[in-house]
Amino acid sequence: MADVAISPAGGAVVDAPPAGSERPDFQIVPRAGLPIVAVVLGLLIAGIAVNTAWPLQFLHVVGGAAWTVIDLFLGFVLGPIIGRLSIPARVEFTTRLMPKMVLIMPTVVTVTLAAGWQLGTKLGTVQTSYYLHGWVVASYIVVGVMAVIALGLLEPANIAVLVELKKPRPRPEVVERLMKRFIYTAGATGLMQIATFVIMTRLTAG
Amino acid sequence: MSSRDRAADVRLPPVTQVGMFSLALIVAAGIYLSAHLPKHVSLAPAIVLLSASALLLAGNLATLARVPGFAWRRFFEIARWALLAYSIIAGMIEYAFVRNHLSGGPLVVLTLALVVFAVHVPVLIGFTVARYADG
Repeated sequence: MADVAISPAGGAVVDAPPAGSERPDFQIVPRAGLPIVAVVLGLLIAGIAVNTAWPLQFLHVVGGAAWTVIDLFLGFVLGPIIGRLSIPARVEFTTRLMPKMVLIMPTVVTVTLAAGWQLGTKLGTVQTSYYLHGWVVASYIVVGVMAVIALGLLEPANIAVLVELKKPRPRPEVVERLMKRFIYTAGATGLMQIATFVIMTRLTAG
Repeated sequence: MSSRDRAADVRLPPVTQVGMFSLALIVAAGIYLSAHLPKHVSLAPAIVLLSASALLLAGNLATLARVPGFAWRRFFEIARWALLAYSIIAGMIEYAFVRNHLSGGPLVVLTLALVVFAVHVPVLIGFTVARYADG
């Protein structure tokens, strides 16, 4: 792990790692996870091709549950904990968590949305004639806002913090700034997920 | 924040903000079209939103190209892999459209929207990384 010293002025400086205290090496995109992503996307393609309710429902519900839980847990449980960790602990935690998020979140979101759309098309719930159409459109808007936040702020911050931590001498102020951005946007999408809960339970209740 | 970062912030155009606005326009176009299914609605609002989004993408790249000393090598190093990943995601969404027999004008508009999406997200990722590049 990088040796982080606090200067008299209060600014953190990352020094070269001392012997026996290496920053954990990591891959920005964990290659071991790519086959798993390929399998999941393969299941999604198969589910859409087969176009039967159960596989689509399975993919949509499991993907949606994972998306919601991860967002809420990251935004409201892990986020505040990470914020209170010492800088070395935060760096170590980040290098272990964030590469996994690079693979998990885009996969989970793609599976949830694509399977959900296919399911809605099959069941007719995406059509204007559906009696809860307003709620369905509301779900589009919530997902749209979450997508813009995730794609514009969260994902770039995730990648950038990992690239910064890959450097021989990462700058703590950059890591700090990007991590804050990541945690705050995860919190914002977590809040939006509460709206998703309301809409989805309303649609399920009929 | 270091003085170097502050200086960099002053010099850099608002790529992230413009990018998010561009993505929001595409999302709005998608919601507009999908909220009216299966009715035939005027494509004009979606085309306007898509055109504005594409213009913002072009503007973002143009303003970035004028930034002196921007870490383009780092930008492309990251953006090309992001482009690959987001092309796969866009391809999945396109597959779902085609599987559901979407055709004609709506398919063209949504396909072009996916192209803008698949290019702009890698631009945002590459920019966020390159702005903190050393040297």
